[in-house]
Amino acid sequence: MSAAPKKDGYFDCRDSFASAIEALAEADPRIVTVVSDSVGSSKLGGFRKKFPERMVNVGIAEQTLVAVGAGLANGGKVPFVSAASCFLTARAMEQIKADIAYSNVNVKLVGQSSGVAYGELGPTHHSIEDLAWLRLFNNLTLVVPADPWQTEQAIRAAAEIDGPVFIRVSRMPVPALDRSHAVFEFGKAETLVEGTEATIIANGTMVHRAVAAAKQLASEGISARVVNMATVNPLDQQAILDAASTGAIVTVEEHSVRGGLGGAVAELVASNDPVPMRIMGFPGFLPTGSAEWLMEHFGLTEPGIADAVRQTIARKK
Amino acid sequence: MPPANPDLRNDIIAAIKDRALWIRRRSFQMVYDAQLGHPGGDFSASDILATLYFGVMRYDPKAPQDPARDRFVMSKGHCTGAFYSALAAAGYFPEEELKTYMEPLSKLNGHPNRNYLPGVETNTGPLGHGLPVAVGIAAAGQMDGASFRTFVLTGDGELQEGSNWEAALTAGHRKLENLTVVVDRNRLQQGARTEETATLDPLDDKWKAFGWRVEVVDGHDPGALLEVLSASPKGRGKPLCVVANTFKGKGVSFMHDNVAWHHGVPNKEQYEQAMAELV
Repeated sequence: MSAAPKKDGYFDCRDSFASAIEALAEADPRIVTVVSDSVGSSKLGGFRKKFPERMVNVGIAEQTLVAVGAGLANGGKVPFVSAASCFLTARAMEQIKADIAYSNVNVKLVGQSSGVAYGELGPTHHSIEDLAWLRLFNNLTLVVPADPWQTEQAIRAAAEIDGPVFIRVSRMPVPALDRSHAVFEFGKAETLVEGTEATIIANGTMVHRAVAAAKQLASEGISARVVNMATVNPLDQQAILDAASTGAIVTVEEHSVRGGLGGAVAELVASNDPVPMRIMGFPGFLPTGSAEWLMEHFGLTEPGIADAVRQTIARKK
Repeated sequence: MPPANPDLRNDIIAAIKDRALWIRRRSFQMVYDAQLGHPGGDFSASDILATLYFGVMRYDPKAPQDPARDRFVMSKGHCTGAFYSALAAAGYFPEEELKTYMEPLSKLNGHPNRNYLPGVETNTGPLGHGLPVAVGIAAAGQMDGASFRTFVLTGDGELQEGSNWEAALTAGHRKLENLTVVVDRNRLQQGARTEETATLDPLDDKWKAFGWRVEVVDGHDPGALLEVLSASPKGRGKPLCVVANTFKGKGVSFMHDNVAWHHGVPNKEQYEQAMAELV
């Protein structure tokens, strides 16, 4: 189902979103898409060709983009509202709050090219605050898929549940993860690497880097668990408490260190089983640079994550 | 169209007037009891609400989620006194429930909540939300070739929110003839006259420029409202905007066109005088 890999076995998860949404729409006439001139950047050209009458393009108008999604749901549709995450969230924050989350409607928001995918375009186009903003809405399911398979699963699961969902899709190339028996469920974390001395909790584009870091640490005799926490709301609390039982936690995300996955994990751990933690992410407004350069510069790399794990283990009481 | 039989039409208009008076009295009672609310806007909207609920819209309060129902979106969500009174009068919940207005744990929040109260289509309160959501509802109906209509009531000060004009663009572009917005044009916002704050006139031309049909009517004349709101929109190819000229505080002498009554609340003497006038 997922689209073919790009060069070197890396994938653009937007392709998985696009193929999943087309397949869903074939089977379910209620599936519609809502875009803000974002057909190309959402890779929805194929959907538009097959189902032109089932796409609403509101133009460059994010408030109406989100509100129209709420209205379509009222009219019995299952709308997928897709736009660049930086604008979808920031420009339509009150619509997401009042029209989607507070109204508790069956709308799926898809934040495209999230994180620092638009690195060179600067902080206006970075979307490293979106999870912090959206995490405040208790009933909004929040998911950050790590690879093409998980992106497709998240889109399908979103269509199945009756309620608001936000799916954060990256355009950063990622490899397909090895989890041949994995089952996707909102709110269920995935343990990708078993480990006992520390746990790395990651999501999105950081997961494959966390796995690589754990492998490096294993070669040094350090046993680090890797948990893919794709769903940020609702959290898999048990997986986090289990992580705390390893005595050290490092979270890694392509997001601000304020209020994202790390914040969510820290809130739970602090109230239950405080252990040394390190929250890895971006510090705030960032310099301009490619996504890869930004990740390198801020240590969101295999060696950076491995270092953080070593340092956090050293802080164990 | 309104009934061709003039007697029947007059009966409907008489019933609408009766309901509008009830909505005014009941909503003012709610505001007096709660010592909270927006009675000025409740009164400017009462005749519009009564006309929609008792002369125009198709709905079944026993089946509030019926896909075929006409939709009403209360974009001026602060005027819950009139809105909740209209919903109770229409049979969505017992009139008794109005007594809980704004009390702790009441379903009757200061602003409407669809998850608590049948008949509320979307949660409003912040201004400029109703029309964009209604555009989505109307777009769903258009996709399905459904016959239901979608009505939105906005304030006029509310049109200073840019989201309305985003939505107006899309509605015009998509030729949503099943969509009707009624502007409660009372020319007062919370702090001052609209035209002293951010000029809206010529309001009819603005909507026309966005691809809408426009009707300008006396918003306190149920006959005129009935005429434009019940006319079939089929084949018109454009959404409809009804600019309803109204007065804030309409029906009570000391509240009439008085900005102090945007969210003013009555003392005992004012309450008694208003109720004596609302007959």
